[in-house]
Amino acid sequence: MRGAALTGLGAHRPAHREDNTAIAERTGSTDAWIRERSGIVTRGVAGEGEGVVEMAVSAGGKALAAAGLAPSDVDLVLVATCTLTQPVPGAAARVAARLGTGGSGALDLGAACAGFTYGLSLAADTVRGGTADHVLVIGSERFTDIIDPTDRGTAFLFGDGAGAGVVSLSEVDGISPAVFSSDGDSADVLKTVGHPPVLQMEGRAVYRWATVTAPGLARAACARAGLELADLAAFVPHQANLRIVEAVARALKLPDTCVVARDVVDSGNTSAASVPLALTRLIERGEVRRGDPVLLLGFGAGLTAAGQVVRCP
Amino acid sequence: MSLNHKEQHMTTTANTDVLTGLAEILEEVAGTPADKVVVEATFEELEVDSLTMVEVVVACEERFGVRIPDEALEGLRTVGDAVTLIGAAQ
Repeated sequence: MRGAALTGLGAHRPAHREDNTAIAERTGSTDAWIRERSGIVTRGVAGEGEGVVEMAVSAGGKALAAAGLAPSDVDLVLVATCTLTQPVPGAAARVAARLGTGGSGALDLGAACAGFTYGLSLAADTVRGGTADHVLVIGSERFTDIIDPTDRGTAFLFGDGAGAGVVSLSEVDGISPAVFSSDGDSADVLKTVGHPPVLQMEGRAVYRWATVTAPGLARAACARAGLELADLAAFVPHQANLRIVEAVARALKLPDTCVVARDVVDSGNTSAASVPLALTRLIERGEVRRGDPVLLLGFGAGLTAAGQVVRCP
Repeated sequence: MSLNHKEQHMTTTANTDVLTGLAEILEEVAGTPADKVVVEATFEELEVDSLTMVEVVVACEERFGVRIPDEALEGLRTVGDAVTLIGAAQ
């Protein structure tokens, strides 16, 4: 029986950070209002040489190193992103080439903020099914390119960065079957418009969908893993907004033993990169240890969502 | 959305039930003391912002078995407005 497990993680956080001061000034808002609405204090802003591809290469390389693998070991590269301003060609093949995977498979995933958790599920099943032994899953986003910097509702919310995970063949399975969900009838609440694309969001509708839907998906993902919420060492929901993270955690009545990721405070909403970035942060801080069960839950534009329980690498 | 103020402040048994239920929800979701939840109080005074309001509405939908669309929240200013809105949806 072929199992699949997460064997390494990597993060790329842009060196340039931006706090709320300048954003508040140009959107007619205040630092206090932004913190109150989102919990966000600072976020990474990508500079020159930090495109979606470059950040993905940086995070992916670190994840491979953490897994003790060479780029040539990789059979498939999955890149989840929704911020490529030029949709063709996709990012994954370029990421694979720059990492030096030697012509491995490469595929872009368009599931916005749920991209990484969908990617993990596809990667795990690809490994279990025998198509690949090692799959590199990367979420990479450069919101700087698609945000209206003067939009009071979104300018403060998003950040740039990339996070990656390696899914490898393993005797012990460490990635549970995922739960999937979508609501395409509500597609318009979070979308880009125009060329070049600019992000538009109906904050209240997104907030309602996320806070109503996420708790049920979290419970279902736990059940699919054969666990109780009380068994979890950590909960890493998509870092959409601290208010959403707190509302979902409150609805789940998680015990104190379950750490809740709050990386959004320092990173903003980085869409497909948010789950791996937040999980990496928990590991760096020693808040979770190898083998700990962690519930991941991605949700966002589409609307679409996916979640699963993974064992920490 | 404009509300008829006479209608808004009309006290009926149904409205009292809604007000009591709303006060309990506000206490649970936003930590608002129940005695502050009176028809004249504005949500701004109660420090209930638009995101908290969404959670309050979702809880009201469950409790009162009604459906309140996001657009209906636009003109919602006072507790009385909310009681009227929920009453009308019932």
